Amino acid sequence: MTPLRRLLILVTAVLLLAGLGTGVVLHAASRAARENQPQAGGPSVSAGKVTLKQTGRLAFLNAASGPHRAALASVPAADPAAGRTASSLKCQRFYAAAGTGICLQSVPGVLKQSNRALLLDANLHTLRSFPLAGTPSRARVSPSGNFVTWTVFVSGESYSSAFFSTRTSILDTRTMRLTPSLETYSVLLDGKPYHASDINFWGVTFAADDDTFYATLSTSNRTYLVRGSLSRRTVTTLVQNVECPSLSPDGKRIAFKKRTLPGAALWHEYVLDLSTLHATPLAEQHSVDDQATWLDDHTIAYARPSDGKVGSSDLWSVPADGSGSPHLLISGATSPAPL
Amino acid sequence: MYLADRSSTPGGVNTASVRTRGLIPKVAPIVFALGAVSLITDISSEMVTAVLPLYLVTRLGFSPLGFGTLDGVYNGVSALVQLAGGHLSDRVRNHKLIAGFGYGLSALCKPLLLLASGLGSLGTVLALERTGKGLRTAPRDAMISLSTPRENQGRAFGVHRAMDTTGAMLGPLAAFLILRATVDGYDAVFGVSACVAALGVLVLVLFVPGKPRGTQAAEGGAEGDADGGEAADRRPVRVREALALLRLPRLRALAGCAALLGLTTVSDAFVYLLLQRRGGIGEQWFPLLPLGTAAVFLLLAVPVGALADRVGRRGVFLAGHGGLLIGYALLLWAPATPALPYLVLALHGTFYAATDGVLPAAVADIVPEELRASGLAIVGTGQALARFCCSLAFGAAWTVWGDGRALAGSAVGLLCCAAVAGVVLRPTGGHR
Repeated sequence: MTPLRRLLILVTAVLLLAGLGTGVVLHAASRAARENQPQAGGPSVSAGKVTLKQTGRLAFLNAASGPHRAALASVPAADPAAGRTASSLKCQRFYAAAGTGICLQSVPGVLKQSNRALLLDANLHTLRSFPLAGTPSRARVSPSGNFVTWTVFVSGESYSSAFFSTRTSILDTRTMRLTPSLETYSVLLDGKPYHASDINFWGVTFAADDDTFYATLSTSNRTYLVRGSLSRRTVTTLVQNVECPSLSPDGKRIAFKKRTLPGAALWHEYVLDLSTLHATPLAEQHSVDDQATWLDDHTIAYARPSDGKVGSSDLWSVPADGSGSPHLLISGATSPAPL
Repeated sequence: MYLADRSSTPGGVNTASVRTRGLIPKVAPIVFALGAVSLITDISSEMVTAVLPLYLVTRLGFSPLGFGTLDGVYNGVSALVQLAGGHLSDRVRNHKLIAGFGYGLSALCKPLLLLASGLGSLGTVLALERTGKGLRTAPRDAMISLSTPRENQGRAFGVHRAMDTTGAMLGPLAAFLILRATVDGYDAVFGVSACVAALGVLVLVLFVPGKPRGTQAAEGGAEGDADGGEAADRRPVRVREALALLRLPRLRALAGCAALLGLTTVSDAFVYLLLQRRGGIGEQWFPLLPLGTAAVFLLLAVPVGALADRVGRRGVFLAGHGGLLIGYALLLWAPATPALPYLVLALHGTFYAATDGVLPAAVADIVPEELRASGLAIVGTGQALARFCCSLAFGAAWTVWGDGRALAGSAVGLLCCAAVAGVVLRPTGGHR
């Protein structure tokens, strides 16, 4: 083959591949633009004032197509199918309690994803912004509003190996003192002090006493429910195979997801009685990969992937005692938080 | 050909004449062609690597923790596949064919990523991608090695590694540019990555000459311990002959020392984690730490490779580990200075520049041409498996002793291994 012919083939191929690549990008960009247009049959969403003191309303992140996609919105708790009121604040994960809100945001930067946590007052004004080490995953506010926590997935890709871990932070909103990583807490595993390089925490839930909290601890391919103390900076393992705990308003039970198959991304939602450590499976038969929220002492809510739509999810509710069946709460929504 | 007058040229005269000619004439065109292929392919694969965790978490809803474990296993498999790729390419006497097959396999995996939505199918696609990477490494390095005169090996590998690293740095840039333009358009990232990978394969097919050595094997036989000759040229290389390489004392010494030093080389992920913990770096900078290492590696790969050609490759290889040792010491000491992360990353990048291309360059001195890819694979696989064992051991040591003492243990281990390697690899008359 002559050098000229080689060059011609190369130029032709570069033009073809560049055209194909551009086409793929343009297709994705137009799809993204479409998702910002309201769709026929979608829920009615209108811009309005959302505050964290509106009792009797349920806050969530609106995931329905349209200009208010990813916006913090609310509906009346008694009539969740009613029209949605959307704020201008957009988040990837959200929670609120006692007039304190936490909003985790994620935007693509130049060389990496740029992530931050916004601490919000009741009028959704940002009190403080914190840079995050990775992709937002879970967020919670203590019942008193005095403590806020978030979990992110950290990925530092290196030469030949991807590398993953979680990082869970806790913020005291009265003093603005931040514990960047729960991994600095001392761990008692089965009653004995424990150290390991592969310890990961995620999914913190707070009790009403502003000291006790529960979380998931993972080490050596096992997950544990831990009970922790904020003042003593310790955690103690309670039972195995518990992820994303969520403490009931009465403080007696914990809703959690239990991995049903080792290694597979399949979980079943359970409720654990803290006095007997007896776990009851809930009526939801689909896999639940979320930190559930208690709507009241008898009902929990959680996000579940929409059937046949990648990257979209709906909010469902199910009785907390294992009876009944799941009900669609809000379609196209994530991060429920009763106000 | 470059190699024709190699044995008759006195070293001193050659070095003097080469020095006046600058960089380009000393590096064969095939090295630049292979460098371009690696650059393009690395853009493609790093695009995927940069967004894969995000894709798993935000789109597919996976918990990526279990995935990290799998990744270690894949790297172990990739190291073993490297052996097969190296031997196979010697056996069929066509390095370009096997390397092309490896590049092609990895390229085919990129569009398949779009179809994989479960952990099983995604794991399979990624395993195939790593298999392609494992297959191509040894024949590619053998092509660089065989097209370059012995005295310029370090520089040639330096040029290749610098181009390779450039691609690795451009990949994430391209990926996040696309993500911004398309709002979570992961399919667009994978699609563009597939186009870029196809271009890489095409450049290989068009611009890398096949069977570059032609009839040179008979001449080359003079340098090797295995007897060459006309008959050997047509006879296929057998596994037994590749294994017989291990009987070469100098290859055994080099492979042994590379593995020994690999046993105490803490994996990158742990280095960045230690740096973040002990150096007090803001968490948001954590994803950028590998870029620091890559930038230094990129800048130093060529000059350090050229230096290795002049002062001795095994010495530079050892000095690189010395730099890593200083990096460990700095991490252990952890002085409260803002310069600490820069120093550690600079030393880490220097370590790569002084070892990653210099080790295969040193292999060229020892292994006969018809077994070059096998020899490169033996040394490379030994080192990779040793590093894999080190990762497991380091994780266990951290569990038992905590990060400081685990690092101190590695540092002491590295010092001992470097001392042993220094004795074993001490310069012998006439060879560098």
